[in-house]
Amino acid sequence: MGVVTESHVADPAAESAAQPASGPASAAAPATALRPHAEDAFADELAALAEADDRPRPARWKLSPWAVATYLLGGELPGGKVISPKYVGPRRIIEVAVSTLATDRALLLLGVPGTAKTWVSEHLAAAVSGDSTLLVQGTAGTAEEAIRYGWNYAQLLAQGPSREALVPSPVMRAMAEGMTARVEELTRIPADVQDTLITVLSEKTLPIPELGEEVQAVSGFNLIATANDRDRGVNELSSALRRRFNTVVLPLPETAEAEVEIVARRVGQLGRSLDLPPAPEGFDEIRRVVTVFRELREGVTDDGRTKLKSPSGTLSTAEAISVVTGGLALAAHFGDGVLRAGDVAAGILGAVVRDPSSDQVVWQEYLEAVVREREGWKDFYRACREVSA
Amino acid sequence: MTAVREGAAGPPLREGRAGPLLMGVRHHGPGSARAVGAVLEAYEPRVVLIEGPPEGDAVAELAGEEGMVPPVALLAHAVNEPGKAAFWPLAEFSPEWVAIRWAVRRGVPVRFIDLPAAHTLAMSDGEEKPAGDGEKKATGQGEEEPGGAGDEPVPGGTDGGGAAGDPDAGPGPERGGEVRLDPLAALAQAAGYDDPERWWEDAVEHRGGGRGIGTADPYEPFAALGEAMAELRAVHGEGGHHRDLVREAHMRLRLREARKEFGDAATAVVCGAWHVPALTEATTVTADRQALKALPKVKTEITWVPWTHRRLARQSGYGAGIASPGWYGHLFSAPDRPVERWMTKVAGLLRAQDHSVSSAHLIEAVRLAETLAAMRGRPLAGLTETTDAVRAVLCEGSDVPLELIRDHLVVGDVLGEVPEGAPAVPLQRDLARQQRAVRLKPAAAERELDLDLRKETDAARSRLLHRLRLLGVNWGEPARSRSGSTGTFRESWRLRWEPELSVRVAEAGIWGTTVYEAATAKACSQATEEEGSTLADITALAELCLLAQLPDALPVVMRVLADRAALESDVGHLAQALPALVRTLRYGDVRGTDAGALAKVAGGMAERVCVGLPPACAGLDDEGARDMRGHLDAAHHAVNLLARDEPDAGATGTVSSPDGTEMSPDAAAPSPGATEPLPDAENRAAAGLLGRWRGVLRTLAGRERISGLLRGRCARLLLDDGQLPDEEAERLMSLALSPGTPPAEAAAWVEGFLSGGGMLLVHDERLLALVDRWLTGVPADAFTDVLPLLRRTFAEYEAGVRRTLGELVRRGPAGDGDRRAAGAADGLPGFGAGLDVARADAVLETVRLLLGGAPTGDGSEVAGESGEREEVRV
Repeated sequence: MGVVTESHVADPAAESAAQPASGPASAAAPATALRPHAEDAFADELAALAEADDRPRPARWKLSPWAVATYLLGGELPGGKVISPKYVGPRRIIEVAVSTLATDRALLLLGVPGTAKTWVSEHLAAAVSGDSTLLVQGTAGTAEEAIRYGWNYAQLLAQGPSREALVPSPVMRAMAEGMTARVEELTRIPADVQDTLITVLSEKTLPIPELGEEVQAVSGFNLIATANDRDRGVNELSSALRRRFNTVVLPLPETAEAEVEIVARRVGQLGRSLDLPPAPEGFDEIRRVVTVFRELREGVTDDGRTKLKSPSGTLSTAEAISVVTGGLALAAHFGDGVLRAGDVAAGILGAVVRDPSSDQVVWQEYLEAVVREREGWKDFYRACREVSA
Repeated sequence: MTAVREGAAGPPLREGRAGPLLMGVRHHGPGSARAVGAVLEAYEPRVVLIEGPPEGDAVAELAGEEGMVPPVALLAHAVNEPGKAAFWPLAEFSPEWVAIRWAVRRGVPVRFIDLPAAHTLAMSDGEEKPAGDGEKKATGQGEEEPGGAGDEPVPGGTDGGGAAGDPDAGPGPERGGEVRLDPLAALAQAAGYDDPERWWEDAVEHRGGGRGIGTADPYEPFAALGEAMAELRAVHGEGGHHRDLVREAHMRLRLREARKEFGDAATAVVCGAWHVPALTEATTVTADRQALKALPKVKTEITWVPWTHRRLARQSGYGAGIASPGWYGHLFSAPDRPVERWMTKVAGLLRAQDHSVSSAHLIEAVRLAETLAAMRGRPLAGLTETTDAVRAVLCEGSDVPLELIRDHLVVGDVLGEVPEGAPAVPLQRDLARQQRAVRLKPAAAERELDLDLRKETDAARSRLLHRLRLLGVNWGEPARSRSGSTGTFRESWRLRWEPELSVRVAEAGIWGTTVYEAATAKACSQATEEEGSTLADITALAELCLLAQLPDALPVVMRVLADRAALESDVGHLAQALPALVRTLRYGDVRGTDAGALAKVAGGMAERVCVGLPPACAGLDDEGARDMRGHLDAAHHAVNLLARDEPDAGATGTVSSPDGTEMSPDAAAPSPGATEPLPDAENRAAAGLLGRWRGVLRTLAGRERISGLLRGRCARLLLDDGQLPDEEAERLMSLALSPGTPPAEAAAWVEGFLSGGGMLLVHDERLLALVDRWLTGVPADAFTDVLPLLRRTFAEYEAGVRRTLGELVRRGPAGDGDRRAAGAADGLPGFGAGLDVARADAVLETVRLLLGGAPTGDGSEVAGESGEREEVRV
């Protein structure tokens, strides 16, 4: 796996629409859009890959599976062109994802919030089909039209049902053109609407009964859906639909270093936009927040010697970011500008203790069993006791 | 030179071959095993030489018996020291096993050609640090590599290299790990693979599943591999495996013998690929003899023992070095379409666990596995690809079912069997030796045995019996001591040796070669591998480890215990486990065990109880409260013991004790610690725990939402410890019994506070008065509700206490107000106010007598005295 020094790692905040264009490649993209599409932002890399790629490509794929994996994971092409890694994480995950798309099975990316699901799906679509815009955003209000087709009512009234009056959905377009469609937050979509996808995925056709026609998927069509692990209960997928997907779970960052790096970078970006002064001294505190989050999330201390209970909350990287940002704001406006234990303690408590009874125990145990004993964490222990008392 | 067999001519392939069949294999490689089988079928050699201890020749015949089911292991051990042993595990898919089976079935002689175990075991002696006693030595084995590799006679002695996947990390007494050349890594690197294991799989094991070989000369791949190895050895020499030279010299000698006897082409050799070049090396007999001269020697015995897949797997530390014996077994036994068959097995397992898996799932899983393999450039989907596919398609991305698959299929539950006729396992020998040492003869008749653990022999007997119990050899059953004393230095056993116990011992031989080693290994495995064991089970196991004195198992068990405790969310379970642990801790001393680790765990557990108790006490119904009350008492007792006599516990906690005490949860409340003398840091730390515990009790006693029973109990526990001033106790009681409280709740409080000894009421009239006042204030309709509770409380009291209480109550609430006030001023709760001179006089005479025969008083005094007496009696 490539070493990332500068650019798009699995940025947990990448899920949010507010993903800023960062990294050197974005400079090459047309500067007008606040956030260019992946295929535009990395057009040069895609082109270079396509040129160097001599392996067999599935029908209507812009790149071979191997090249798609390289595009996501980064690497160096024979010509010396460096491909920046878009995702930092286990190679296996990307390989399974790309292979899934190649077998014409749909791909379901699962993960807790903030694990770059959307980011990966966008780049996969960009690399495979050269177009990441065929997107259905899943919400509680997503209607069947968004997945099948709608009507242009003026036309419909004027001329009756016809192909001209029909407004195709992104999924329908992808089927007709053999592209990759994306469905975001699949589990937020009401169950009956979800099930529309079953025909699409199993029969690979979309009937239009009003016209007595159907749209048949052209080879090359596939679908990438993302769903939140924690939301499983919201609108759980029916097993019939579930069966049509290969599931890949995107994990949280593997090492503490990588996570600190992500948090620090993201906090820096956020801090700038909030006009907070930079906090040069705060790096230790960031590391501490990340450590606390990781340990509680994984249920074991970093040295692997003590097991811990895990609280009910997610404690994702994104939450660590918000804790640190909140702490920075405290430090900047009410403190001396240096991020200290006291500034993050309350934020951590809020993130950890979601359920007042059970999480409180988890937190207390953690404080007493781990924090109290740890070298150099005395100030943090004290600060936490103050806020938990 | 071509050998012509008598009678029928050899198979055509054998004709024209100039040398012996040297089959370099990867130990436990299914592809190698298939290839070996094919070669043997095609060439029909008349003798099969196998890399293994020559002592094994004697028991090789057993391999053909019905009762012999792989995985099994050849076990060689020193006769006088069963702890010194080496294993050569063989699985169904081991090339060596295939060769042995083939030969035994055909009546072809099998010869093991490696260095004799007599030497390797003796040499290991010289190398290992001189171990104190057998036990000590066995430990190292049990802990690290209890298997053959464990007592690795030849620390450098491997053909392959560190990597488990080397072609040779197999059944030989081999051991990886040292910094040595890994021949496969070199070859793999040349082929552009980063993982030598995978290269071997692709290049050899997966070669068309071994079926393609049949068409051409089946020996072809071995010849090619031999050449490759020769290249490697030409470059790297012996690759840092110094001991190999000696072993190879021995192999060559044996090979020469066989060639002379049976002819070149009729001789087949199965050995690690690494050795192949050495066997063709042109050396002289004299040189080889020279290399083998003056090797140390020890008397050894050899036998077969059953083995398991788990032990073959790398994770269990037995050094056979294959992570996926189940997968290999599958590759070996599947006639075709290994991936499809594997997926079907996975589906069967998942369905048995109530995961819905359809055939459509399997189709997709197979497709994905194949696509992945293609994408990764592999000829056939391997374990990695199938696992990835199973995860994505069958397990919905989750690792939990995967763990199950890994455990049951990839590693597998297979247990080998050994026929009855196999020679005795060393464990039996060791047991006999120990029985002699502690002078306990196995007898069928039942008899009782009382042990005084302060005596050396008795302690050793106790250890032996406990260890055997751990191994499932229930020779002795612990009995209630006839003297009736519990938890002291005495121990009672009921002994009875039944014939089937011998079988049990033989079965237990799988765990190790000495009783100690086997018990240690079994305890570790019980702690770490058994699913579904509860905290209490592990605690019991820890207790047993201490009793059986297994210091090497203890850390493992403790670690598991600590982990379980950390994850245990039921305070009840924790509180239940704690007393046993504390008890263990105390008795540990009697047996001279170091229980430092135990103390630490117990301390941690107590901390967890402290943290978890308050939330756990909230919102309980009556029954829950009653259970919790039991836990509360148990935990209280345990914490007190722990804090009282555990300087160890103190020592571990000293680091942060000043802070800890300062910031403990009770810091806000008036700390009891403040009133106590804190002589030194150790006590302070102990007080830290005790202080925290008392803080918890105080919190509970004062918390409104908690059941009256528990609140009352907490108050009582504090009062008994002298941690609750009388005024405070009175305040709490009057609070709990104030008219606004529902009578049932108040009665529960009374039950909690008063149960377990009524002397309190006898002696403290204020409390009695409070109860009395409350009881008289209970409304008539509520009285019947309260009555059962009260009855339960008071029924526990001893008859004398009850009567006294009754008398006190009949006498009325401690006389009039004046006297009560005076009594309070006297500061002697429970006593009447002022001094009743007349009654005091009554005892004067007796006191005088006691003090030493001062002259009796005059008659009038005596008369007065008797008069008083009568008065009292009235």
